[in-house]
Amino acid sequence: MDLPVIESSPPAATGCSAGSCGSTAQQVDGLSDAIRARVQDHPCYSEDAHHYFARMHVAVAPACNIQCHYCNRKYDCANESRPGVVSELLTPDQAVRKTLAVAATIPQMTVLGIAGPGDPLANPQRTFETFRQLALKAPDIKLCVSTNGLVLPDHVDELARYNIDHVTITINCVDPDVGARIYPWIFWKNKRVFGREAAAILIEQQQKGLEMLTARGILVKVNSVLIPGVNDQHLPEVSKVVKSKGAFLHNVMPLIAEAEHGTFYGVMGQRSPKPAELKALQDACEGDMNMMRHCRQCRADAVGLLGEDRGAEFTLDRIDTMEIDYEAAMVVRAELRAQIAAELAEKRARAHPPAATATPQVISFQPHAAKPAPVPGRPVLMAVAAKDGLVAVHFGHAREFLVYEASASGARLVGHRKAESYCSGDESCGDAESVLEKTIRALADCEVVLCSRIGYEPWGQLESAGIQPNGEHAMQPIVDAVMAVWNEMLAAGKLAVGPIVAKRA
Amino acid sequence: MALEIIESCVNCWACAPLCPNQAIYEATPHFLIEADKCTECLGDFAEAQCASICPIEGAIINELGEALNPPGSLTGIPPERWAAAQAEIAAR
Repeated sequence: MDLPVIESSPPAATGCSAGSCGSTAQQVDGLSDAIRARVQDHPCYSEDAHHYFARMHVAVAPACNIQCHYCNRKYDCANESRPGVVSELLTPDQAVRKTLAVAATIPQMTVLGIAGPGDPLANPQRTFETFRQLALKAPDIKLCVSTNGLVLPDHVDELARYNIDHVTITINCVDPDVGARIYPWIFWKNKRVFGREAAAILIEQQQKGLEMLTARGILVKVNSVLIPGVNDQHLPEVSKVVKSKGAFLHNVMPLIAEAEHGTFYGVMGQRSPKPAELKALQDACEGDMNMMRHCRQCRADAVGLLGEDRGAEFTLDRIDTMEIDYEAAMVVRAELRAQIAAELAEKRARAHPPAATATPQVISFQPHAAKPAPVPGRPVLMAVAAKDGLVAVHFGHAREFLVYEASASGARLVGHRKAESYCSGDESCGDAESVLEKTIRALADCEVVLCSRIGYEPWGQLESAGIQPNGEHAMQPIVDAVMAVWNEMLAAGKLAVGPIVAKRA
Repeated sequence: MALEIIESCVNCWACAPLCPNQAIYEATPHFLIEADKCTECLGDFAEAQCASICPIEGAIINELGEALNPPGSLTGIPPERWAAAQAEIAAR
């Protein structure tokens, strides 16, 4: 008989900060060391990295070869932040110049992606000319691409040639009957193909492309749009399938559908998922797959940290007047990356000491526990007004909140909520609801909101809504602050497991 | 015979590389088709290539002024539903 191995008890005892922890020590954040080394400065692929590193998209790829029901190719609104929207289409030369300008100005910008506004691989000349020049001129920038996958198999070799190490495929389904409700048509072999037939071709190509990429060792993230009533029941299956084919991260994003966007779903009244529905689905997929929880669904011309957009500083007019010494910039950039890498390594070492510190010790003698051991307190969702990994933003200034789930197993990021509507032009596309009311609604499933400071009035309104404001952990690292609050709640007897005092889900 | 691109074109570039006659060119405010060169793809393809990839209903018309992709044919949004949504937004 094998002796039980204490190490293989659930992650409860380790203070693990990520939900997808495996049982082995090197998988503390759900990724193997080898993969972590490849994504540690990629904000879209590493939750840790997204607090420190920035990314940019260059809008060189306007053409698309499929239609999705959540997309409308007509609109370009400066106030909108969602995929597929851009203000200024760039030529490859302009895109390269913009990239160098941003990289020199924002040294923490480590990643250049091409994500549209159409499909990058439906614009192969423009996309690959951009990559070709950047691979030569800016070897310190990671290149990545996001595609619908329809013509991916044709371009895998070329992606490998430019050393593109990260590819995102949007896969909303693996069943053509589901696909027929998402994709009205594709352009395939010189014809427009409609309905189920179109979806079947798209799915086949996506899966083939995914297999070809992972066979070459290219990291693949899969994006899926959660569309209630269409693919919500189906996405756990998608997660299983793409994992089995080697995708390393799954990003389930909420559908954005408003009538004013002019999309099929928007006009036809298809609803978007509620934050709690999104979280439940991500949790359901998580048993099988590393889930991305920090995606901000950025524009196809976004610049900066996730959640911020500095695109307005780098319009064509402005970059024309900038002097760029990229050789000098590369030195600064390398120093900054090394400094951040050291900070991250230290943070990880602190978060995973040999014995647990902040969390109660739970000892389980089950060799390979299928279920977590009973824990002394129930999990609590907390919203955090954060910057650079710290509780550092005034409640009233926060444009977004990170949502953490705190439990005896530690604190893990489970999502984020915008504090303003997608379109900030209130008079044209908002309703009369105040920004504060919207924020409170977006945080409805949270019990605590952590911020650096908060005004008297929002304090009262949050409390009446059952959300406890907390400004006592200003400038502390997020996970430490969240766990401190959870432990206080536990000590105060507020976390008894049993008949749920729970908030509306 | 020739097709024509009209003002609802959004300049997405999808059509231009597909034209077997290189009849489509970038212009302001939108792409245009050189009528002398356009054959509507007869002899090359079963369907006019520009109209087969164009995502915008009504943006490409034939010599009779008929849209190759009429309202509702690409998005699946019934035209009356579209009109109702626009009216509702305008009334806000």
